[in-house]
Amino acid sequence: MKIVAVSAGAANPSSTRKLTDRVLAAVAERLPNAEIRVIDVREFGQDLLTATTSGLRSDRLTAALEAAADAAGLIAVTPVFNGSYSGLFKLFFDVLDEGSLANVPVLLGATGGTARHSLAIDQTMVPLFFYLRARPLPWPIYAATGDWADPGSLDARVRQAADALAAEVSGERVESGRVRLHPSHDFTLTSSLEEMLANVGRAETV
Amino acid sequence: MSNPVQIGVFSVSDITTDPTTDRTPSEHERIKASVAIAKKAEDVGLDVFAIGEHHNPPFFSSSPTTTLSYIAAQTERIILSTATTLITTNDPVKIAEDFAMLQHLADGRADLMLGRGNTGPVYPWFGQDIRNGINLAIENYALLHRLWRETDVDWDGRFRTPLAGFTSTPRPLDDVPPFVWHGSIRSPEIAEQAAYYGDGFFHNNIFWTMSHTRQMIDLYRRRYEHYGHGAYHQAIVGLGGQFFMRPNSQDAWREFRPYFDKAPVYGHGPSMEEFTSATPLTVGSPQQVLERTLGFREAVGDYQRQLFLIDHAGLPLKTVLEQLDLLGEILPAMRAGFAEGRPTDVPDAPTHPSRVAAAGGPRDSTRYAEPDAVTGRAVEYN
Repeated sequence: MKIVAVSAGAANPSSTRKLTDRVLAAVAERLPNAEIRVIDVREFGQDLLTATTSGLRSDRLTAALEAAADAAGLIAVTPVFNGSYSGLFKLFFDVLDEGSLANVPVLLGATGGTARHSLAIDQTMVPLFFYLRARPLPWPIYAATGDWADPGSLDARVRQAADALAAEVSGERVESGRVRLHPSHDFTLTSSLEEMLANVGRAETV
Repeated sequence: MSNPVQIGVFSVSDITTDPTTDRTPSEHERIKASVAIAKKAEDVGLDVFAIGEHHNPPFFSSSPTTTLSYIAAQTERIILSTATTLITTNDPVKIAEDFAMLQHLADGRADLMLGRGNTGPVYPWFGQDIRNGINLAIENYALLHRLWRETDVDWDGRFRTPLAGFTSTPRPLDDVPPFVWHGSIRSPEIAEQAAYYGDGFFHNNIFWTMSHTRQMIDLYRRRYEHYGHGAYHQAIVGLGGQFFMRPNSQDAWREFRPYFDKAPVYGHGPSMEEFTSATPLTVGSPQQVLERTLGFREAVGDYQRQLFLIDHAGLPLKTVLEQLDLLGEILPAMRAGFAEGRPTDVPDAPTHPSRVAAAGGPRDSTRYAEPDAVTGRAVEYN
């Protein structure tokens, strides 16, 4: 089973790549027999431009594109530039053959300065992968600069996303977390007081 | 001589324009009015007056124990309480101190109801985040519970800076902490907390259907029994409610309608007809209020405290005092109604004297400074 991550971080070192690695580590933990590959789009910048403007596709680019097309599950991570995925990120998926990602489950990740841009995932990445007929999973992972100082909340989201991808590629149904995130008309008690007190120190899952 | 079911009134301290005159009372007027309401409540024979806590306009009650102490000094029998004290954004140390003070000043005529508060912006003003509401409620109460029962407390939690060897003062009156009601409308976690400690559970019973209220109280009762504090039917339950009455039912409808339609919380939503049929709000004659109130037991079982929101929606003081007179007139029938069919093993509403008796008698828990072994003088703390 192949899991491929496409990471479009522009800098080196890159927090986009850092996020990608963090998500991959969580996925690998849950799928110990999977073959994992990271495609760092930065390395293919020139090749992608050449492929876009002249149609000529280098061998190494072809290999990377085929790896992505071959994946049972994909992790796509971009920095947020000007409120959207970066041009470099988009270039990869523009060059990829149409239909390559049909029905492939995808985890979407993004990095940015503050949490105010987190909806760039919902509003720019989701429509892109919908068009590609992939299946973006509803567990977006956004990392703001501040998350690297205190990753508790980020890690909670990474864990939920990794659970979802692992279950999806294994054909299982994910039971989502036990925490009731929103008030509702369901008064089912899900933990005892002692369990709740023991968990007070853990970061929120939102 | 105390009543098995405590009946009383509460205010959330809103400052609301009277929709029939377009006049808005000042903070000073509303503050003084709340004292007048409490005194009138005692005069007509009610058992409890409770006030809310808010930290922004259009409310005035940012310092409930100050107000309640002032009222305690001018009354003799009525129990002073809150609806609610914020267990989320207040420092539990301050709650322990303020309410122990009130308890002493009021000679035990004080208890409190804890709530989380639903005003988002208030949380960051006090260094917190509303999304941590439940965690705050349970961690802060765990500390408060200890502060009233232990001295030299060491504490290290998530939300408050640590404590080392801390004793809150004054110690509770007679070494018996004020009784705590946990108020919640829709959070099973709070019903669970109330049950765990054997404290009371209060449902405001205002904006929701009785079936909603019933489910929450059922959960609390089951967990109360689970934790070994007593049987299901013996848990300590309180309900809110609201009414507007006139001797003639049509007069009540006509008079209250503009208040209802423009009220900050009710207005511009379901009609008064829909609201009064779906929720416990009762608009009508005293007899209707009496019957509706006595009917609540069918949903929640025999309970210990019934409070009514008395001054909401811009009702002028004169009208509120008239409502209290009318309530006073049906009070004996209400008490008799509550007593009818009440099993003898359902506990009475808790009071300070009953709790002291249950604890085996009063104890002076003052921490006296130890005298110096050399000079024989007590240590002075500067």
